[in-house]
Amino acid sequence: MKNRRIYFLVAFALVAVVIFVAVAGHAARREFWLTPPKGESEDYMVPPPPFTEGIFPCSECHSGMTPNPKRRELKEEHTNILLKNHAEKERWCLDCHDEKNRDKLRLASGQLIDFTESYRLCGQCHGDKYRDWKVGIHGKRTGQWNGRKEYLLCAHCHNPHNPRFKEIQPMPPPARPGTIR
Amino acid sequence: MSDRETRGKHIFRLSRRKALKGLAAGVGALAIPGKDASAAIWESFFQKNFRELRPAEIQDVVARLEKEYSTRYGKPVRVKTSPALEGVLYGYGLDLSRCIGCRRCVYGCVTENNQSRDPQIQWIRVLRLDKERGVDLEHAEQYYNPANVPEEGHFYMPVQCQQCENAPCTKVCPVQATWKENDGIVVVDYNWCIGCRYCMAACPYGARHFNWKKPGLPAGDMNPDTHYLGNRPRPVGVVEKCIFCMQRTRELDGKYPACVDVCPVGARKFGNLLDPESEIRYVIENKRVFILKEEINTQPKFYYFYSF
Repeated sequence: MKNRRIYFLVAFALVAVVIFVAVAGHAARREFWLTPPKGESEDYMVPPPPFTEGIFPCSECHSGMTPNPKRRELKEEHTNILLKNHAEKERWCLDCHDEKNRDKLRLASGQLIDFTESYRLCGQCHGDKYRDWKVGIHGKRTGQWNGRKEYLLCAHCHNPHNPRFKEIQPMPPPARPGTIR
Repeated sequence: MSDRETRGKHIFRLSRRKALKGLAAGVGALAIPGKDASAAIWESFFQKNFRELRPAEIQDVVARLEKEYSTRYGKPVRVKTSPALEGVLYGYGLDLSRCIGCRRCVYGCVTENNQSRDPQIQWIRVLRLDKERGVDLEHAEQYYNPANVPEEGHFYMPVQCQQCENAPCTKVCPVQATWKENDGIVVVDYNWCIGCRYCMAACPYGARHFNWKKPGLPAGDMNPDTHYLGNRPRPVGVVEKCIFCMQRTRELDGKYPACVDVCPVGARKFGNLLDPESEIRYVIENKRVFILKEEINTQPKFYYFYSF
């Protein structure tokens, strides 16, 4: 009886090993031109957030201050920050910035995240854009078409406080055939 | 001896045979490159079609061209001949709902691919279209020049070589100097092209351009990373076109084409159509996609799409 159980265990272990080797072998056989699988938790390669110079870490000024959670117009500091084109009636600073730890952003769930992960904050409302951004469709991606890709944070193209994309000057138009000599 | 006889002896009598001999020799001498011409000119004169070259011959050709370009532009120039990667079919996506018509791609392409600056040759043409009319090429404007883009009521559609699977341009070439490679890129052998411009007439997208004059490419602006079938400096009298930046993309760690890298709004997507996980496959499977002039069955691998 005992022998049979051991045989069973050994056979089971063997089968497990065979399956593992087969799966691992299959994974290793992936060809170089296919996109490597990406775990859900894996971070995206992004350059550092586009802070105004000297503004980060926020705690440098804010650590000694008592937070005032009352919604109001800022008169002394950050007067250049205007919420525009971004549901300004419904929201204000502390909806995204954490009240106690100013060096972090706060998700609706209460979870604190770094500024380098700000796409998770934007993705709370803009889920369709977040989904496209993750697969590299929304927004600019540079790097290698068959390898390492570099993402940009939402804030690199959209000012988070006024996110509409800014107009830019176009490059010169082509020469008309008549003017080419 | 009388005067008459002497004259008869020394007179240069031009017989028919002599005349023909002389004519043949003269014409032959004209065809021979001048005294200062090096052996390189002979070699390029007798060079075969790129697809008929043996590996050893390709090495000679590359060595000759690298030497020639390096002297001409005063810096080490590399001429690659990397073949199509196995298992790769390039596809391109362009997001019409994002493009703002800033023409950064046009000039990014010119810089990367050594187009002639003067006379001007550009491989990408950005069309301005009316939102009211939709994709109506009859009302497209390519010379728009406002202070800022995007403009109210308009959208923009860049057009370049669509890398057709069923490419009309390759079929009309009388000398087979242009063909579709295995990774889907349509290429031109500039040394074999005779400049008849049939392919330009056949292309429904206006994507081919002719070097009417010797390309004006300042040495300082020359990109020394080149490909034989791609962005190497072109001679006068040949046709050129977008080649998906093969000097960048045909690598194991292939970069994106220059136009993708330079686009400020990320409207341009590039990838391998045979890779189910690639960006371009995601676009085709999940977005509203169309190809330009679908009805003529050229089967482009250039997909316009709307991301929302």
